[in-house]
Amino acid sequence: MIEAKQINKTFGGNHVLKNVSCMFDRGKTNLIIGQSGSGKTVLMKCLVGLFEVDSGQVIYDDRNFSVMNFEQRKNIRQEIGMLFQGSALFDSMTVMENVMFPLNMFTVHPYEEKRERVNFVLKRVNLENVENLMPSELSGGMRKRVAIARAIAMNPKYLFCDEPNSGLDPQTSGVIDLLIKEITEEYQITTIVNTHDMNSVLSTGDTVAFIFKGELWWKGNKDTILHTDNKELNDFVFGTELTSRLKK
Amino acid sequence: MKLFDSIGRYVILMSRVFTKPQKAKIFRHRLFDEFQHLGIESLGIVAFISMFMGAVVAIQTAYNIDSPLIPLSMVGFTVRQSVILEFSPTVISLILAGKVGSRIASEIGTMRVTEQIDALEIMGVNSANHLIFPKIVASLIMNPILIVFSMWLGILGGWIAMMASKLVTSTDYVYGIRLDFEGFTIFYALFKTLFFAFIISSVSGFYGYETRGGALEVGQASTKAVVVSSILIILFNLVLTQLLLT
Ligand SMILES: Nc1ncnc2c1ncn2[C@@H]1O[C@H](COP(=O)(O)OP(=O)(O)O)[C@@H](O)[C@H]1O
Ligand SMILES: [Mg+2]
Repeated sequence: MIEAKQINKTFGGNHVLKNVSCMFDRGKTNLIIGQSGSGKTVLMKCLVGLFEVDSGQVIYDDRNFSVMNFEQRKNIRQEIGMLFQGSALFDSMTVMENVMFPLNMFTVHPYEEKRERVNFVLKRVNLENVENLMPSELSGGMRKRVAIARAIAMNPKYLFCDEPNSGLDPQTSGVIDLLIKEITEEYQITTIVNTHDMNSVLSTGDTVAFIFKGELWWKGNKDTILHTDNKELNDFVFGTELTSRLKK
Repeated sequence: MKLFDSIGRYVILMSRVFTKPQKAKIFRHRLFDEFQHLGIESLGIVAFISMFMGAVVAIQTAYNIDSPLIPLSMVGFTVRQSVILEFSPTVISLILAGKVGSRIASEIGTMRVTEQIDALEIMGVNSANHLIFPKIVASLIMNPILIVFSMWLGILGGWIAMMASKLVTSTDYVYGIRLDFEGFTIFYALFKTLFFAFIISSVSGFYGYETRGGALEVGQASTKAVVVSSILIILFNLVLTQLLLT
């Protein structure tokens, strides 16, 4: 479980996050939704410590992350996997080296064991025979899968995904969403996913937090989100041609 | 104000760079990669420029000696002095600032804007140390080797030019090269080289690491890295020359 307590974050004079408090449950896919520019990425980066918060706290299962130094955070970081918007694969390394990287860095297992783990996670994300390809040789969807494989290589307790289906076609998006949901339940991970895609919300949203202009505006789940009278949320949910027609 | 701000951020970054690598084996691996990228791959351009510059200095000197009182061995002497004292350590370092500096800044800058640096940090890796430290160490080791190589080739280029043009005999040229040779000049040149190597790799690493935005900003960071390290090389060359030769 991850808890955000009254997080504030400003960039210069731009107050991006305003007193955001939220709980994210274990074994569930917890979504953060909102328009582009509403502060989803900033919130996620504050949770993992890529940005320092101005005020507020982030608690990882009773451990106060906000007051730790780099060395103390390193222990928690090894329990975190993160999937970045552009996949962020190391482009000078093969798929195999990418996935093995955290294992090489933080474990002392023999090569064979690491290799076995890499094969296992690649298989888990339904990739085969790509070990020796470079990231530039993969399609967008495959890069996402490799990034997921790398994120779960160390058996994380916490998984963060920033717009996992940005730049993918709807069908591939669905596959990636489902994969994240399955892995979350299978390994009982606390998963947090940023998205503005209503398909993902309705198929995977165990909990849903709606961020509007940097404030936590609404909390619920994939079922309650269709029956709310919150105006800003309705504008967001029924903002597209498809969803508004469905509503009628 | 902005200058002091940059210097402050540079110092903070360097304090993160100079820490113990997480895994010695991975560090060694990256170091050998950088020997290749920053050193071996620069051999060609260094050889080309050194040979031709040595040749030009020799030809210029030979044509400008028209008094019979000045012995022709002065040609070898002049080539040796100018190549060892200034041409190899300073001019070749400037060339390397262009070649190696832009490579470092664009590589690290690209990793920044594509969130690869964030990915390292998330895993708990000190990205500044992981990315920049091997480049600095590799430059400190490879640049002196390149510069000594350049000295040899510069002097050789002068000799070849003299043989081809028949302006000076081989005996005279070689006599000039050996005339009043002081080992200190090599020490002086290598000291400067080490200093410049540190400027090139750390300043370029800094501009790459500080990149924010996209492809355009990566290009700008790489240009800035080259310009700033070149200016610093020229400035410190003056300071070091004053300090070491007086
Ligand atoms: N590194 C940064 N420096 C300054 N401002 C930033 C930075 N990152 C994000 N912002 C600002 O924060 C706001 C929210 O951005 P972001 O969290 O990326 O939105 P999104 O919800 O689309 O992920 C935007 O106004 C953006 O300009
Ligand atoms: Mg975003």
